[in-house]
Amino acid sequence: MNEIATPSPAALDVPRAPALRRYGVPVLVFAAFALAPIAAAQGAEGYILSLLTRVMIFAIAAMSLDLILGYGALVSFGHAAFLGIGAYAVGILASHGIESALVQLLAALGASALFALVTGAISMRTKGVYFIMITLAFGQMLYFLATSLSAYGGDDGLTLPSRSLLFGANLLKGDHAFYYAVLGCLLGCYLLCRSVVASRFGRVLRGAKENAVRMQAIGFAPYRFQLGAYVLAGTLCGLAGFLLANQTEFVSPAYMTWQRSGELIVVVVLGGLASLHGAIIGAAAFLLLEEVLSGYTEHWKMIFGPLLVLVVLYARGGILGMMGGRHG
Amino acid sequence: MSTTLLIIQTLNGLQFGIILFLIAAGLTLVFGVMDFINLAHGVQYMVGAYLAAAFTAMTGNFGLGLLLALPTALAFGLVLEVLIFRHLYDRDHLDQVLATFGVILFLNQAVKFVWGAAPLFVPVPEILSGSIEIAPGLLYPVYRLAIIAAGLGVAALLYGLVNHTRAGMLVRAGATNAPMVSALGVDIRRLFMLVFGFGAMLAGFAGAMVAPILSVEPGMGDNLLILAFVVIVIGGIGSVRGAFIAALAVGLVDTLGRSFASNILRLFLDSGAASQTGRALAPMLIYILMAAILFFRPSGLFPVRR
Repeated sequence: MNEIATPSPAALDVPRAPALRRYGVPVLVFAAFALAPIAAAQGAEGYILSLLTRVMIFAIAAMSLDLILGYGALVSFGHAAFLGIGAYAVGILASHGIESALVQLLAALGASALFALVTGAISMRTKGVYFIMITLAFGQMLYFLATSLSAYGGDDGLTLPSRSLLFGANLLKGDHAFYYAVLGCLLGCYLLCRSVVASRFGRVLRGAKENAVRMQAIGFAPYRFQLGAYVLAGTLCGLAGFLLANQTEFVSPAYMTWQRSGELIVVVVLGGLASLHGAIIGAAAFLLLEEVLSGYTEHWKMIFGPLLVLVVLYARGGILGMMGGRHG
Repeated sequence: MSTTLLIIQTLNGLQFGIILFLIAAGLTLVFGVMDFINLAHGVQYMVGAYLAAAFTAMTGNFGLGLLLALPTALAFGLVLEVLIFRHLYDRDHLDQVLATFGVILFLNQAVKFVWGAAPLFVPVPEILSGSIEIAPGLLYPVYRLAIIAAGLGVAALLYGLVNHTRAGMLVRAGATNAPMVSALGVDIRRLFMLVFGFGAMLAGFAGAMVAPILSVEPGMGDNLLILAFVVIVIGGIGSVRGAFIAALAVGLVDTLGRSFASNILRLFLDSGAASQTGRALAPMLIYILMAAILFFRPSGLFPVRR
């Protein structure tokens, strides 16, 4: 876990940015999240805390997508399916009276990993656009499966009796407790992804993104590494789903529509590809902008849409790219 | 499972498939020739429907409304191309997804802004209203037959254009190797614009045709966009013939699956379980079809040779 402090030289193959920006930005981001509740206490505390919690949950989902999208060039258009799996693991177990967070979390992660393994193994047969579409197909299958689960609410979704119980007690009930639990998960995911990206595994993954044939020629089977990354990304997104269900205390098929998968891609690209903390910044920008604009007008999408187009046309490398010449 | 119902649902499936083809044809050409992922193709279908509705209301005549909607949809597509899309052709796919996603957000909201969130209603034109007896005791709405006929007409026209004209030859060549076509002295930008405008008009035409039988509402293109992508991926990107076959297959499988999945399952399961599984399975069928086809043929049924 100390990769942050002592990165191996090979981790620095991205155009070298000043150390301040490389480490400064993520540290700033996490410090801001850690201190935000204190600032929030000045104003509409519950509202700000729940908004920021949502930002962090989406940041986990987007970061997991960045792992395969940014570092592996695997454009998954069905990533929201894992949000759904994580959420439904909570919902289905809770409706059978199993409310232990530990059991629910294990089920969420296990089911996500299994789904990622099976669909990933099939999807990896295809390349490029066909990969985008086959991941979309699996996402849609799961979406329609969820809408037909009439025992668990079908189209309408499922309301949870309460948040998951830790050690038999409702420790996650308070806004603050839940906020810091989510922040802990985000930090854990970030450190995990960071160390994965910096490891030998991550280097092979990035190598396969640049040139799969050459990686094969020097004796690596990209398939196994890409599948591994896909399973890891799916599992982490399952964690985000688990948290999302707990935050809203509600589970519905709407968590896994294709539009949601599209939003996750938008968040990752908006923040800046292949940087991990870019996904956090993207999630914050996306959700906060949505919140602010929708406060001004109900037609906020008429502002947000063109803004996205402008970002693509004039700000390559997303928000991180705008902040400095990191992406050249 | 009565024969009457089977025939009617088959015709419905054909009609759905034809509409899908009209949307997918433009999408597959834009994708195949320019290597451009246009998520905003679905909103062009929606815009076509809204234009038809608006012009029909204005002129009081659906035929006239359709006639006015087509050039407007074409012009609209060209404006989008000049303003936004042509700056994205040499970007990578992710940038294209992001920008066209922005266009979807904007246009879905814009039609809500202009026409309101409530669905618009377009009357079926007088001459095509009512039903005819296509077999003894079997009535079918004339308008839906008209959609099938119009769609088949467009498909034939498209076949002629793509396979037997000079522009079509360039489009086919572009789908195989666009830089080479450009190197041979063809103004590739103009070709791209032509293809794009034509695709937008076809999608608009599809939207205008379904306006009288579906509700015209914001976001109506979103799900069809995904189905159109399914179609072009099954058919093989860049192949109009593939899109035609895949569109009919998807239309039929989806429509028939929704009506008969439970009935067929009842042969193997008890009726409660059958209707439950059938309802779950029916909407998934086309995605299962697509995943299976891609598993065995990772570049679709009719891949364009490169």
